[in-house]
Amino acid sequence: MFVAWRDLRFARGRFALVAAVVALVTLLVGFLSGLSGGLAAQNVSAVLALPADRVVLAPPTGGGAATFGESVLTPAQTRVWRDAAGVTALHPLGLTQGRATHGDVSSAVAVLATDPGVDPDGPARDGRVTLSEDAATALGATAGATVRIAGRDLRVDAVTGPSWYSHTPVVRATLADWRALAPTPDAVTGLLVRGDTAADAADAAAGTASASPLGSLRFLPTFRSEIGSLALIVALLFGVSALVVGAFFTVWTMQRRGDVAVLAALGASRRALVRDALGQACVVLLGGVGLGLLVVVAAGAAAGTALPFVLSPATTLLPGALLVLLGLGGAAAAVRTVTTVDPLTALGSHR
Amino acid sequence: MITLHDLVLTYPDGDRRLTAVDHVSLSVEPGVVVGVTGPSGSGKSSLLALAATLVRPDSGRVVVGGVDATALSADDAAALRRERIGIVFQQANLLPSLTAREQLQVMAELAGPASRSARAAAPTRADELLGAVGLADLRHRRPHELSGGQRQRVGVARALMNDPSALLVDEPTSALDSERGAEVVDLVVRLTRELRTATILVTHDLQHLPRLDRVVRLVDGRVTAADAPAHAVPVST
Repeated sequence: MFVAWRDLRFARGRFALVAAVVALVTLLVGFLSGLSGGLAAQNVSAVLALPADRVVLAPPTGGGAATFGESVLTPAQTRVWRDAAGVTALHPLGLTQGRATHGDVSSAVAVLATDPGVDPDGPARDGRVTLSEDAATALGATAGATVRIAGRDLRVDAVTGPSWYSHTPVVRATLADWRALAPTPDAVTGLLVRGDTAADAADAAAGTASASPLGSLRFLPTFRSEIGSLALIVALLFGVSALVVGAFFTVWTMQRRGDVAVLAALGASRRALVRDALGQACVVLLGGVGLGLLVVVAAGAAAGTALPFVLSPATTLLPGALLVLLGLGGAAAAVRTVTTVDPLTALGSHR
Repeated sequence: MITLHDLVLTYPDGDRRLTAVDHVSLSVEPGVVVGVTGPSGSGKSSLLALAATLVRPDSGRVVVGGVDATALSADDAAALRRERIGIVFQQANLLPSLTAREQLQVMAELAGPASRSARAAAPTRADELLGAVGLADLRHRRPHELSGGQRQRVGVARALMNDPSALLVDEPTSALDSERGAEVVDLVVRLTRELRTATILVTHDLQHLPRLDRVVRLVDGRVTAADAPAHAVPVST
C-alpha cells in the first residue's frame, strides 16, 4: 500500500470524484433499502407475526391464486385441515380491511381476528379490541377508549406495538366480533395451523394453499410488485456501482501501466502489486460507502415517522458491505492489467 | 559480480527469428564499470534486459552475485532483481506520486509491507543516497519539480537502495544535455567504485566511454571489440 496511499494523496481529486459517485450510489441504495424495509413492514408485519407454523388460505372459487384479500375458507375446508396428519392446533383467522371510528376521528384499519388466547397481542374476550400503536395514533385512542367498527362499539383493551397489514394499521379483535364484518358468516379468511403437517396432501384434499408466515407473503400480490420493483432498482444500483468502480480502476490502472511496469522491473512481487491495486480500491470504496451510509443514517433519523423508513443493519450495513464487495469485484477485473504488465517495457524508450 | 555466459536471444520476425544477442559473454567484477555501446539495433538493450532477468535467453546463463538467474521462475527473478540488481532506466521512470525520498523508500516495499526495522531504516538509507547524488535538499520534491538531470540522479540513487551486487544502467544520458549527461556518468562511476557494484552501462554516446573501465562494442548482436575504452572504440569513430 506504500504507492497506493501516495497515489490517493497525489490524485486526490480523481479519487474524491469516484468516491463521491460511490457515496451517491450508496445513498440511493441505502435510502431505497430503508424505504423498502419500511414499506415491507407496513405491508406484512402483521402477517409475519401470525402465531402459526402454516397459514392456510383458499383460492378464489373462479380460479386463480390464493390471496389474503380474497380468501374465504369454508367449514368443509376447515374440517379437512383439522383432520390432517401432524396438525397439533388449528385456529381460524379473520382478516378484513375497513374503517374504525373514535369520536370524530375515522381511520382505515385492518381487523385481524383470532379466538381469544391464540394471538398474544389480541383481546382477552369478545367486545374488546387491541390497537396497534399506529392505529391508536391514527384514531387518537388509548386503552379504555371505545372505538366503533362496522357498527359495533368495542372497548380498547390495550395498545400494542407496531403492526401493519397492506399499509393499514392493525386492530385485533376476537373472531366472534370479526364475524359481524365478514361477508360470509360461517366462513373465515384462513387458518393458523401448528404442527409438522403433510401440507401438500392437506392442500390437495381441501383445495387450499398453505405456506409458512414468511412464505405466505406470496399471497399478497401488492407486496410482491411493490418490493419487487424496489428490489430491482436496488439490484440495478448494485450493478451500476460495480461497473463505475470497475471502469474507473480499469482506466486508472491502464494509465498507471508504465509505473506498474517500472515497479515490476525493479522487483515488485505480483502479490504486492495486486495488493496495492485492490487496497487502493478498498480505501475508495470504504470511504465512499462510509460517507453514503452516514448520510443515509442522518436522513433516516431526520425522516422519523414521516416516511416508512427502516434504519437497521439490514438496510445499511448489509447493502454497504455488498457495495464494497461488488466494487472490489469490479476493481478485480482491472487487476488483470497489473498482473499481465511486462516489466521489459520499462527498459529502453518504450514508455 | 555479474557474469553473462554465451548468451543468445532471438525474437520472432515474420517467418524467421531475428538474433538480437549472438553468443555474448561478459564478466563484470565489483567496482568496475563496463560500457556496452554500438549502433541502434545492435542488441545493447536486449543484452541489458537479459542481464536484468527481464527476458529469458534462448541459451546461455546469467549469474548475478553467485545466483544463476536463467532457471528462475518469474517470481524468483523478481526477487533477484529486488535484492541483487539495481536498474537505472533511460527516462528515469520515477513514479509521479512519490517524492524523491519516497522513490527510494519504495524499494523496501516491493515484496509487500516492509518489516518494522526495514521501514525504519529506509528513510535514513534514502537520505544517505540522496546526499551521495547531491540531492539531499530536494528529497521532498516530486518528479515534476525536478530537472531531467536531477530525476536521473534520483533514479541512480533508487537503483542503489537495496545495496545490489550488479548495477545496470540503460542509456542514462539520452534525455540529457552533454554536461548533465557527463555528470550522471561520473556519478555512476564514482558510486560503482564506492559501493563496489558490478556495473554495466549501456550508451551510444561515445564521449562518455573514456570514463569507463572497459567497453564492449556490439554490432548485430555480436561483440566486435572488448577492451579498455581507447582500444575498444576509436575516438575518431
